[in-house]
Formats: sequence, C-alpha cells, structure tokens
Amino acid sequence: MASDTIQHRNPVIEVSHVCTRFGDAVVHDDVNVTIMSGEIFAIAGGNGSGKSTLLREIIGLQAQAEGSIRLFGQDMAELRGQGAQHVYRRLGVMFQQGGLFSSLTLAENVAVPLREHTDVSAELIRDIVAVKIATVELPMDSADKFPSELSGGMRRRAALARAIVMDPELLFLDEPTAGLDPIIAAGFDALVLQLKAVLGLTVVMVTHDLDSLWRIADRVAVLGNGTILGVGTMHELSESSDPIIHEYFHGPRGRAAQSQYEVS
Amino acid sequence: MTGTPQDREPHVLIVDDATIRCEGSWIIPHLTMLNTLLTEIQWPLVRDLVWDVVNIRAMDTGGAIVLYRTMRELRSKGHQVSLEGLRPEFEDLMQFVSSHWDRVHPALPVKEHKQENLKWWVSRHTGHMVNALAFVGEATVHMFRSLRRPSMIRWRALFHSLDRDGYHALPITGLLAFLMGVVIAYQGAEQLRQFGANIFVVDLVGISLFREISPLIVAILIAGRSGSAYAAQIGTMKVTEELDAVRTLGLSPMQLLVLPRVFALVIAVPLLTVYADILGVIGGALVASSQLNVSGVEFVGRFEESVALRHFFIGMGKAPCFAVIIAMVGCYQGFQIRSNVDDVGKRTTIGVVQSIFLVIVFDAVCSIVFSWWNI
Repeated sequence: MASDTIQHRNPVIEVSHVCTRFGDAVVHDDVNVTIMSGEIFAIAGGNGSGKSTLLREIIGLQAQAEGSIRLFGQDMAELRGQGAQHVYRRLGVMFQQGGLFSSLTLAENVAVPLREHTDVSAELIRDIVAVKIATVELPMDSADKFPSELSGGMRRRAALARAIVMDPELLFLDEPTAGLDPIIAAGFDALVLQLKAVLGLTVVMVTHDLDSLWRIADRVAVLGNGTILGVGTMHELSESSDPIIHEYFHGPRGRAAQSQYEVS
Repeated sequence: MTGTPQDREPHVLIVDDATIRCEGSWIIPHLTMLNTLLTEIQWPLVRDLVWDVVNIRAMDTGGAIVLYRTMRELRSKGHQVSLEGLRPEFEDLMQFVSSHWDRVHPALPVKEHKQENLKWWVSRHTGHMVNALAFVGEATVHMFRSLRRPSMIRWRALFHSLDRDGYHALPITGLLAFLMGVVIAYQGAEQLRQFGANIFVVDLVGISLFREISPLIVAILIAGRSGSAYAAQIGTMKVTEELDAVRTLGLSPMQLLVLPRVFALVIAVPLLTVYADILGVIGGALVASSQLNVSGVEFVGRFEESVALRHFFIGMGKAPCFAVIIAMVGCYQGFQIRSNVDDVGKRTTIGVVQSIFLVIVFDAVCSIVFSWWNI
C-alpha cells in the first residue's frame, strides 16, 4: 500500500522461530514475522491468541522459550544494560492501561523521558511537552491533572504523548482503541496516520478493532493456533482461504467494517 | 527520527549580515547545545533575515520546536524571517509543529497552589472528622446488628483473619514479650541490688508487664502487622473496583470486610496479651534467678502474694479496646483510598501511625482514670 513512498525499506523487527510456553500451554509455536520500516503493522487475532505476549516479547519485557527477536538488527536477548537502554530510546510504547505514573501530572508524565535521558532545559521541555500534548489533541488545562483525574480516552492519549515525546523510530501500541467510543477511536486512527506521515514512524499495533485494521494498517498478521495464519494487506487477508481468518474477517462485524471501508 | 541520522553537531553561523546558516543534526540529543548557540547569537540588525537551512541533515520535533521558537521570537522583535532550502521531508514537520504551537500559546498554565488558609484547613479537618465519625457510627450499628443475629457474621472471613492476624503473630509477639521481660528485669536489677531489695523484681516485672507492657507491645505489633494490611487490602479492593462490585451485588462492605476483621482482633489481641504476659514473666524470672539470686520457687511465691489479680484484668480490659482501635483505623484508612495506587502506601502509613498514636493516648487516659479510682 505505502511501499512506493518509502525510500529505504529495511527490516526493523525480525521475529524468527519464536516459541512461547506457559507451563504446558503453548502460546506460540514457530512464529515468524518481519516488520519493515515506515509501515503500520498490525497484529490481530482472537482473545488469548498470544498477540499481547508477542508484543511484550518484541519489546523485551518477556523472554520467549525459543527463537530470536531482533530489533534494529540487534538481538534483544543478547543486549544487556547499556545496549538495551540504547534500543529503548529509539522506541516508544503505549500500554493498554496507559502505564502513566500516578504520582505525576500529565505534563510531568510526558516530560519523563526528556528529563531522564537528555539535559534539555526545563523551559524547552515545557515547550516540547506542550506541543506533544497538543499533538494528541488533549486540552491544555488537563496538563496539570493527575492520571486518576483523566478519562480513559484522555489517559490513552496522554500515554501516546509520552511514547512519542522523544520522536522514536518505532512506536508500539497495545490495543490503542479498545474501550474507546467510535468517534474517539476514529480520531485515534487519524492521529496515528498523521504521526506516521510527519514523523516517519514505524508503528506496530496489537488490535482487534476491525475498523482500525481497515483504516490504517498497511499490513496485518493474524495470530491463531500458536502461529501466524497469514500476513498481508487487509484485502489480501479478506480473500484468504484459511478458515480462522475467514471467520475473523467475514463474521458479521468483519463484513460491516469492510463494507464501510470500501464505500468511503 | 526523520531522515538518516547522520549525527553531526549543529552549528548556527551568521554570514553576510542577513543570512543565518544552520548546519548539522537538529535533534533532541543536541537540543541543549542548540539552545545555548541560539541564545548567545548577536542577531543582525537588518530587518530581513534569511535562514539558510539547506544543511540541516536531520531534524525531529525537538529541533523543529527550537527553530520555530527562535523564528517567532525574531518576528516579535520586528524582523522579517524566511526559511530557505528546507528539505521537503522537514517541511511537514515544521508545518506540524507550527500548527500545534499556535494552539499551545500562551504556554502551559502555571500551577496554582491551593491557598492553605485557616478556613481551608479547618474545613478539611472537620471533613475528615465527620467522615471518621460516620464510619465509626456505621460500624457500630452493624456490630450490634450482627451481635443480635450472629448468622450475619461472616465466620469464614473471621476465622481466616483470626488465623492470619492472631495465630501467625504468636512467634513474634512471644519473642518480643520475652525480651521485654528480660529488659525490665535487667534494668531493675541494678537499682534493686543497691538496696538489697532483690525480691521486688517480681513486683516490677509482674505489675508492669500485666498492666502496661504486654497489652501495649501486642497492640503495637498488631498495628504494624495487621492494621497496615487491612488498609492496604481494602484500599487495593477499592482501586480494583471490588468494593463497588460488593455494593452493587447488594452486599455491605462493613459486614463483609470490616466486622470480621474487628471481631477477629477483639478475640486475638486479648489472647495474645495473655501469651505475652506468660512469656514476659518467664523472661523476667530467668534474669531474676541469674542476676539477683531469686530462685524460681521464690519468684512464684512472691508473685502469688504481691501481684494482685486486678493488674492482670486491667491489662486484659485494655486489650480488646486496643484491638477495636487498630482494626477500625486500618479499615477506615483503607476506605479513604481513592482510585490511585499512590494512595495505598500513604494511607497504610497513616493508618499505622494513627492507630499506635490512638492506642497510646487511650492507654494514658486509662492510667489517669485508674489512678483516680486508686486501682
């Protein structure tokens, strides 16, 4: 879809032969994915298919039993201390619950990466934070509120603002639109598209929001039965013969989302 | 980061009086350097300034913000500013920053500090007191209701609490009470030996332990062990919306959570106090026989005639009161936690400090009252 506009498409994330087990339960059995720079890559699949686990493994929050995961060509399992720190500075993560620090205000939360990793002056930090808060379309008067005083949608936006404050090359979104009303969810999709266009981000998102899959994902990987059932654009996947993928995209909700997308 | 991150230090030079030439990477790691460069520059006095930015190799939002900010500043001083040679990939970024900047201006609101005047202070504290009174009242009503109809008592929760907060506290209370007995006897030994009044160590150990030390030691330990746990448990339940679930299921948090804990401590604390009495006296007796030549037989004989039973009952009378204070304060602080993880730690600490404080105040009041009554 967007391949023509990207000049240098090189792999940013390479997941090869990943297996994950929790006790006897096999979550992943030989998962292979390559995510290229500049694309919006979605990981889809039913509840319990191991989407979030895969995301956590890619970020390095959880270790896989077998296989390797490379970010920017570096194996996260081999990186210790400083090396991993360096990789972490190049990525931003928006957690499902936001992961905002409850003892800090919204503005302070967004400022954390700048304050910890750079020596930028407080005044300049304030300007950068203000622009990022405006970017995610949060009102300025919420800047001094604590996370507990924000609504779920606002918290999600605040988490996104924190994730992009350092202009990461790679942005991870865990269920960005889950639990948001359709208008705000659509706004979120538009925001992600805009960020990708302006900042040249690579976005990896876990979602089962079919609307947002159709609207913004360049490529989608469908997880199921512990493995990748299919990778491709939404059009390619909607023509897949795999029964689970078929079920996923041609259930009542899947068809509604597709028809809506194709009309617009 | 847009473009290839060829990491070059940024430079800002003024050439031929009206052109500002920018070079290098305008990215977040170099922002501080950029900022000092830009503030130290002597801007030319001509009206039209041209920014030659063709050599900016990399730029991110941070760099764009600095550039945009400086340009705005120059404009406000009456200069005409134009950008020249901005790479197409950065044009979007500048556009993006400028459009958002205009919404940001005037910058972030400055934090207003709450006026800590007397009125505010008084209203806050009376609010707390009213809350606490309401809690005590509600708990009392529920307590009497359950005493009238014992089937309403959550026996499972009660026994669970009894096991965790009573039985499992045995080793630590026993050890501490034993050591307190040893300490009191040692401290007394030196003084008593000077007067040859060795035998009075029995009065010293027995009366002080029974009346004061045992109930206090047990209360302080239980406040630290269980009072804090109550606050944290109930608070966490509030954060995870379990309390709301309890209410919407038509159950009473008082009945379900508070009363079993209060009853459990009312049973456990007096029992632990008896246990502490015994171990404390054993500690005292050991020191008496080793340091003061008061044998076990002598110790027991003197104990029977000098330590009146009322001392034991005074201690035992205070123990359940301490228990109610600890359980109520712990639970109350738990309910005060708002849906905020930070609050859990704060309220737990407040709970422990407050319950120990109230226990000691109550104990002091008892001492005064008992001395009036001469008991």
